[in-house]
Amino acid sequence: MKLSRAAKRTLLAIMAIGFTFIYLPLLLVVINSFNTNKSFAWPPTGFTTEWWSKAAVNEGIRDAVMRSFFTALIATTIALILGSFAAAAITRYDFFGRDTISLLFVLPIALPGVVTGIALNNVFTNFFGKLTFFTIVIGHATFCIVVVFNNVAARYRRLGVNLQEASMDLGANRFTTFRLVTFPLIKNALIAGGLLAFGLSFDEIIVTTFTAGAGQTTLPIWIFQNLFRPNQAPIVNVVAAALILISILPIYLSQRLTADKG
Amino acid sequence: MQRSPKARAASLISLPLAWLLIIYIGSLFALFITSIWKIDTFTSEVIREFTLQNFIDVVTDRAYFNVTIRTLIVAISVTLICALIAIPMAFFMARIARPKSRPVLIALVLTPLWASYLVKIYAWRTMLYPDTGFLNWLISPLGGSSPGFGMIAVIIGLSYLWLPYMVLPIYAGMEKLPNSVLDASADLGAKPGRTFFGVVLPITWPAIIAGSIFTFSLSMGDYITVQILGGTFQMLGNVVYQNFSLNLPFAAAVALIPVMIMIIYLGSVRKTGALDNL
Amino acid sequence: MRVGKHRKLAALVAIGTLLLAGCSSSSDEGSGAYAGPVKDTPGTINVLAWPGYAEDGSTDPNVDWVTPFEEATGCTVNVKTYGTSDEAVQLMQGGGYDVISASGDASLRLIYGGDLQPVNLDLIPNYVGIFDNLKDRPWNTVDGKNYGVPHGRGANVLQYTLGKVNPAPTSWSIVWEPNSPAKGKVTAYDSAIYIADAAVYLMATKPELGITDPYALDQTQFDAAMALLAQQRPLVAEYWSDYTKYIGAVQSGNITVGTSWQVIANVLNGEKATVGAVKPVEGATGWSDTWMISSKTEVIDCAYKWLNHIITPDVNAQAAEWFGEAPANSKACALTDNKDHCKLYHAEETDYWSNVYYWKTPTEECLDGRTDVKCVPYAEWVKAWSSFRNQ
Repeated sequence: MKLSRAAKRTLLAIMAIGFTFIYLPLLLVVINSFNTNKSFAWPPTGFTTEWWSKAAVNEGIRDAVMRSFFTALIATTIALILGSFAAAAITRYDFFGRDTISLLFVLPIALPGVVTGIALNNVFTNFFGKLTFFTIVIGHATFCIVVVFNNVAARYRRLGVNLQEASMDLGANRFTTFRLVTFPLIKNALIAGGLLAFGLSFDEIIVTTFTAGAGQTTLPIWIFQNLFRPNQAPIVNVVAAALILISILPIYLSQRLTADKG
Repeated sequence: MQRSPKARAASLISLPLAWLLIIYIGSLFALFITSIWKIDTFTSEVIREFTLQNFIDVVTDRAYFNVTIRTLIVAISVTLICALIAIPMAFFMARIARPKSRPVLIALVLTPLWASYLVKIYAWRTMLYPDTGFLNWLISPLGGSSPGFGMIAVIIGLSYLWLPYMVLPIYAGMEKLPNSVLDASADLGAKPGRTFFGVVLPITWPAIIAGSIFTFSLSMGDYITVQILGGTFQMLGNVVYQNFSLNLPFAAAVALIPVMIMIIYLGSVRKTGALDNL
Repeated sequence: MRVGKHRKLAALVAIGTLLLAGCSSSSDEGSGAYAGPVKDTPGTINVLAWPGYAEDGSTDPNVDWVTPFEEATGCTVNVKTYGTSDEAVQLMQGGGYDVISASGDASLRLIYGGDLQPVNLDLIPNYVGIFDNLKDRPWNTVDGKNYGVPHGRGANVLQYTLGKVNPAPTSWSIVWEPNSPAKGKVTAYDSAIYIADAAVYLMATKPELGITDPYALDQTQFDAAMALLAQQRPLVAEYWSDYTKYIGAVQSGNITVGTSWQVIANVLNGEKATVGAVKPVEGATGWSDTWMISSKTEVIDCAYKWLNHIITPDVNAQAAEWFGEAPANSKACALTDNKDHCKLYHAEETDYWSNVYYWKTPTEECLDGRTDVKCVPYAEWVKAWSSFRNQ
């Protein structure tokens, strides 16, 4: 589409403003992780790497990161399996109630998290008696399934059925077709969906506060507990800054993967 | 021997469906059923005796009507702000930026999603402190001052948080626009502005709606940002959160409000095909 | 589609089961207390505590009475703090916690809800040192059974930022009256129990209402308290329940005066004097806290060891001094770093406490003994508070 230079420049300006808006608070977080002043009044009073070294040896952070990691891992695995099954079923077949079920798969992310949280809390505390690590995983897996479902369903829709039918006409059975034809084609959607689900689970706080048992500290819960504590707040900024830096690569890679196809 | 397609569909859908039905719908049902029950006024335990008092309380108390309206205002404002920022950005990234830089740009938009909800909102809290915050420092030479904590701060914070959720679907929608359509519009004599409003927006409308589902729903239920940036301002999420342990039936009755609003919204946008764009 | 039908049936059965489970399970009957003796079984206890009660070195590396306990007993401790008694009740009812430091407005709710078990005081050697006027009190003893050991008591203080509030206030009027010099920078406690603070102020300013116990309010008195809260709202910057958030708000100047705990003032004054804290002339609400044991704990030996440890004179002294409250163990007074600590916090007096109204749960049966009227029960307090906060 041909655009006048003025229009292009306006758009570029909006882009710049948009990215400034997005990154300014994050920049403040990173700056504050080096700030000698613990109360984050602006402007910062001095430079120090003390918080970074403290964060590196902090056991609470390590436990929290591990717990979040495994929660996200298990939840994403469940989601990849169940989500892709559901995506295949809904986009490739026509059956009674398909549209309603399709709507059902939107609900976990369309309905407010606080409602999901108290609903799960109610069931877990009355059914299981208490909250545990697995109650966290169950909560996360529920919305992770939806995230994977969306990604894979979108991919299936763009794919169509022709390739599979051709493969089977040529004599491959269903499983071989899936292995050699379908799976490579949806692989990238699975990766993108899985990465997004992993990220959402890793950062999830709203439902997690309702489903985490005593002593089950995921990273967001650890952050919540330490965010306002004067001695710990700078370390929280370190954790956040580290998360930002670590996550850039996987996100970029997942974008490259989904951009190639379709 | 081919199994019937219906059987294959059933076996594929059964496990995920069972999960959603039992765990998700089941727990929602268990929650909402308590809204017709009572509590022991001393121990706060739920007593399975029928009562409509919870609904009467929600409907007759002016405060809950006010908080619903305020929550809707916030959710709509956040959606509009996110859309206003996201549409030009997505358009630029999808159609003007070089194809090689697109993944980089998207990655840049998505990276903040990993930077911890809480830390981002806390960063805004420190930025918005009335006298000592960063924003005050920035704009007081120009005569402005920080809006402080309240509804405006909450709208800013929530718009900030959900912006990537709006950019992504719109970007995907704009990327799918066939060049032929745009070229045809130009060939027919439309200036770029006309093409944008007359062709691009209508075609990507489902994607925009899809993004709005996220921003709307996430804002309707939020209580953490409100606690941190809201001052004395409260939204529906806070009402539910405050009451769920001491008066679960009442909290369940209140929780029905955002749920019904979202279901109505979902139902009305279904026709636009937005649900395929999530 | 037979496969599908069976799936649907299974789902329905599961939902039905969930429905039944969704109703609250009937509480356990208060079983007898642990007979003992306390063995050396290791374990992990999950402790629910007010901030400052179970310090493990993470707030200040020099303030730690949890690690010595862990080293001495082999029991590992996880501490979770909460901001209000309501939060405490909710967490305790959710399960998974073994020990809790409950205030008087939480303890009875938990006892009657079956969440706590009676405590066998013979297994807690340090109990003998507890002040007599803290033993066998209505909020920790029911039907002759003791449910815990006292931790300490204190008043909710009026805190003000030095230099920003002049002259130093001595009355609660600065947070209640419309012409307050601190308008817009006041804070109030974000819990329904704060209505009692309004009642305390009314006891002094509107004696014609006849309030004698701020937790025993009939409908007229209650409405007056709610009206006072509505009058206060324009003055309030934020309602607080998270003490660390409160500290940050005071440091940034967003809040200059309001109800607070001594521990908050102590932390703020840690590096240099920033705030002052007083019990105003009208009196104040307060709390008398008890360490209690969950009825469902699986680490009973560690739990008893914790209870005994926390009221050791030395530990009680550390905790009372860090938090800024009167200790429960009389022998702690000799062990505080500041030799005047017990005098400062009136631990051994009775006069001081005559206008400190410990948190307790309001019931329909008036707690001040009146039988001619019905008082407003706590569930209604919560409803009114929720409605008020959302106006």
